[in-house]
Amino acid sequence: MSRTYTPGLKVLHNTTVRKVRQLPLRGKVNLAIGDIVKPDRVVASTHIPGNVHMVNAAILMNVEPDAVPECMLVKIDAPISKGQIIAQSKGFFGLFKSHIKSQIDGTLGNVSGITGQIILNEPPIPIEVDAYTSGKVVEVIPEEGVVIETSAAIIQGILGIAGESHGDIEVLTKNASDELTEDMILDSHAGKIIVGGSFISLDTYKKAIRKKVAAVVVGGFNYSDITTLLGYPLGVAITGSEDIGTTLVITEGFGKISMADRTYSLLSEHNGDFAAITGATQIRAGVIRPEVLIPFPDSSDHGMVFDETGVATTEGSIVRVIRAPHFGRVGKVKSLPPQLMKMESETMVRVAEIEFEDGTVNTIPRANLEMILTD
Amino acid sequence: MAKDINPDKVNVILATDCGSTTTKAILIQLVDGVYRLTHRGEAPTTVEAPFEDVTKGVLNSITELEELSGRKILDGEKIISPVKDGIGVDIYISTSSAGGGLQMMVGGVVKNMTGESAQRAALGAGAIVMDVLASNDGRLYHEKVRRIRQLRPDMILLSGGIDGGTVSHVVELAEILEAANPKPRLGIGYKLPVIYAGNIKARDAIAERLQDKTDLTMVENIRPTLEKENLKPSRDEIHELFMEHVMAQAPGYKKLMSWTDAPIMPTPGAVGEIIQKIAKVENITVVGVDIGGATTDVFSVFQNQFNRTVSANLGMSYSICNVLAESGVPNVIRWVPFDTDEEDLTNRIANKMIRPTTIPQDMDDLKMEQAISREALRLSFKQHKEFAVGLKGIQKERTISDAFDQSESGESLVDLMELNLLVGSGGVLSHAPRRHQAARMLVDAFLPEGVTQLAVDSIFMMPQLGVLSTVHDKAALEVFNRDCLVHLGTCLAPVGPQKTGKIVLDYEIDLGDGKTEKGSLMAGEMKLIPIEYKPCKAKLIPGKNMDIGWGKNESRDTVISGGVVGILLDGRGRRPFSLPENSTERIKKLLEWSTVTAEYPNLEGQS
Repeated sequence: MSRTYTPGLKVLHNTTVRKVRQLPLRGKVNLAIGDIVKPDRVVASTHIPGNVHMVNAAILMNVEPDAVPECMLVKIDAPISKGQIIAQSKGFFGLFKSHIKSQIDGTLGNVSGITGQIILNEPPIPIEVDAYTSGKVVEVIPEEGVVIETSAAIIQGILGIAGESHGDIEVLTKNASDELTEDMILDSHAGKIIVGGSFISLDTYKKAIRKKVAAVVVGGFNYSDITTLLGYPLGVAITGSEDIGTTLVITEGFGKISMADRTYSLLSEHNGDFAAITGATQIRAGVIRPEVLIPFPDSSDHGMVFDETGVATTEGSIVRVIRAPHFGRVGKVKSLPPQLMKMESETMVRVAEIEFEDGTVNTIPRANLEMILTD
Repeated sequence: MAKDINPDKVNVILATDCGSTTTKAILIQLVDGVYRLTHRGEAPTTVEAPFEDVTKGVLNSITELEELSGRKILDGEKIISPVKDGIGVDIYISTSSAGGGLQMMVGGVVKNMTGESAQRAALGAGAIVMDVLASNDGRLYHEKVRRIRQLRPDMILLSGGIDGGTVSHVVELAEILEAANPKPRLGIGYKLPVIYAGNIKARDAIAERLQDKTDLTMVENIRPTLEKENLKPSRDEIHELFMEHVMAQAPGYKKLMSWTDAPIMPTPGAVGEIIQKIAKVENITVVGVDIGGATTDVFSVFQNQFNRTVSANLGMSYSICNVLAESGVPNVIRWVPFDTDEEDLTNRIANKMIRPTTIPQDMDDLKMEQAISREALRLSFKQHKEFAVGLKGIQKERTISDAFDQSESGESLVDLMELNLLVGSGGVLSHAPRRHQAARMLVDAFLPEGVTQLAVDSIFMMPQLGVLSTVHDKAALEVFNRDCLVHLGTCLAPVGPQKTGKIVLDYEIDLGDGKTEKGSLMAGEMKLIPIEYKPCKAKLIPGKNMDIGWGKNESRDTVISGGVVGILLDGRGRRPFSLPENSTERIKKLLEWSTVTAEYPNLEGQS
């Protein structure tokens, strides 16, 4: 039987998920293997260097650069406080001395006898990483973080905006093809993850932000609305650090596209359940997908770890078309003819015959198919 | 790793290029005394999870090569070398841009002097330059520190000052680096490689500041005097450190490095090698472009000077929306030969960004993709022209003949009228369903002037040939000329004032076999003379005040060549080139040019 490798998005009802929660720099890990955690538990912490201030001491004290080190009243790495005199010139026969006061609380970082600069460091900035999901610590990465394991349902989106959040799921539309409209968003949705069908307009999304909704999950969004929302165009699909208050996860793509039935059904099954969500996306090297993770309260109900290394499209695979003219449609692979075929665009490609849910059969380039990785 | 290679004993060559999405393997064999590409195979690159071992993709691509060629190359996971009893290969070489390629930051005291030299060295070595740090870049100290911490480059090249000159400025840059205490992108526990290539007098002070916090190496000054640029030592050191540090941190590369017979080169660095070699051997000026999914690289050789730029965020998939943002929607729409809704166009383009491996199935989608490729190419070339300049800040010796020339130091070396060969590569050009489309994209984006040969890299094997040229010149050049280049033809584009109804060029071209093509090219017109790749005698008579390459009103008998497309006559004007602003008129002209250049089929039936 023919096989082809096509990337896919996961829509899994019950699987074992492992989440690596790691610091950007080395620090302290607060947990041990076997610890049970809640999503907001701080698992590791560290400090990143504080902001740096460079002061041209030679000019301020009117001395040569090489005279600056001997004018220092504070040693390197010693603490300093705002307003403290940290350097003083010898003056002229002890008179007309100039001095430098620290502009900050922090430490003296460096003194240069060549440039005449001194460097002041602000106090280190604390960084904390939380657990993101409930679960059990199964691995400790020394000085860096932990791996948390949980049984969960997981839905991957194609693109998200803004970072991690959590809340209870509330499905607002009647079906996967409905648009999520302004009138559906109420005050009671504050802190929740709301789910729509095919589309959300910019105005509706802005209302979700105003109502302090934790996150929105929909099929599609307009690209130009992202530009308006962020105030700059999204040039490459690397997101997660946007500060907009309400995380957005698009499951299908740009434009108005019905959410895949499996995705919508799974979210509907978990209406009212707690979920962790992230919009962080990276389509380039080191792919990161946005996701909705619904951890099960009883972690003994273990699903299998989903192994995607051997996943390939074969006859019978459920796939989604990810490019015009059948963009968004879901169907089953009927056959994978080995020979190259000419498309309307005259491109010669390897194709798959897809039988759609309405019984029609179309020939689609294999490159334009995405597997729905489901259990 | 590098071993002594006797070129006379090399009959079978295996080369791979590990790209960010695909690993491509080619097999080159000596056939009847000439090196030829015989087979190629490919497989998805496996640097990322869940595989996290580049060699898996390499082995898969070689396995495909084995299946296609019927030649046994692998013994399990080992490449059989040298050839024995008709199995195995004599040498194995590789390039790599997987995992985002080589990402560097460079520093110089003056941004457009040592800063620019450092940038040239890094780009020439195949790096993406994330930022140029300079004493005069207008940023405050803490902003520079924050920027260095944010970017987490793979490597930093620090230059500044001429030998024996003032040291304080370059030491100040080192102090900024010291304060930032930068961490490398890959490998949480190792020190960031920093190359110092500045004023030799400042070496001790630099070492004092950076020795402990970074992995510091020192090479000769990149700008020992204002008049001299010395890029080679820095480039060599970048290649060395790329292998030792960056590649060694990427998954599976240590193993891959132990397999290859020459150091693994960054892909764009290898392309630069082969472009330079061609320019030297043929004694021509060349512009090469490689338009990828994330970046577009432009290479040029003018006045024997090689330049490379990488437009890090202009590409046809991952960064396609950045092309849209930088060019603006109207500039993309101007190339679309049918009425289109702006929202639909931007959503389609954005969907390509999030599904980067998809390909156009219908004709409208193809036209939109080729429209945006013109803008990606145009913008990348614009950046290249701005960067490929002579040294700035030098006193130029002037002769009597220069007395009336107002040019200053630092002007662009790129002169389109002097350009002999324009080579395109990358999916959208190499895999365009019709070669005519590739020719049109190149001409519309680069706007070549006078007489220019056009070519595309058939299957994007310039990287492998580039690294091959470092160990086996002859094989690289033979394969380049016979199997790599697809000669599209020649573009004839007269330059001068345009006026509707005016003749811009009279031509008489001997097509051989007693056939001659004679005619006049009118302003605003395009014509195509189909003729295969062979030398054709041509008489070119520019219209009044027009220039076809030998000066205003200068006619010439010359020899031009055809190709798979033919001889393309472009009377649409240059300096400036413009399209009608009225949408109906614009679409009419686009359809007219498409029809005469056989760009798309069935245009009459299209929307």
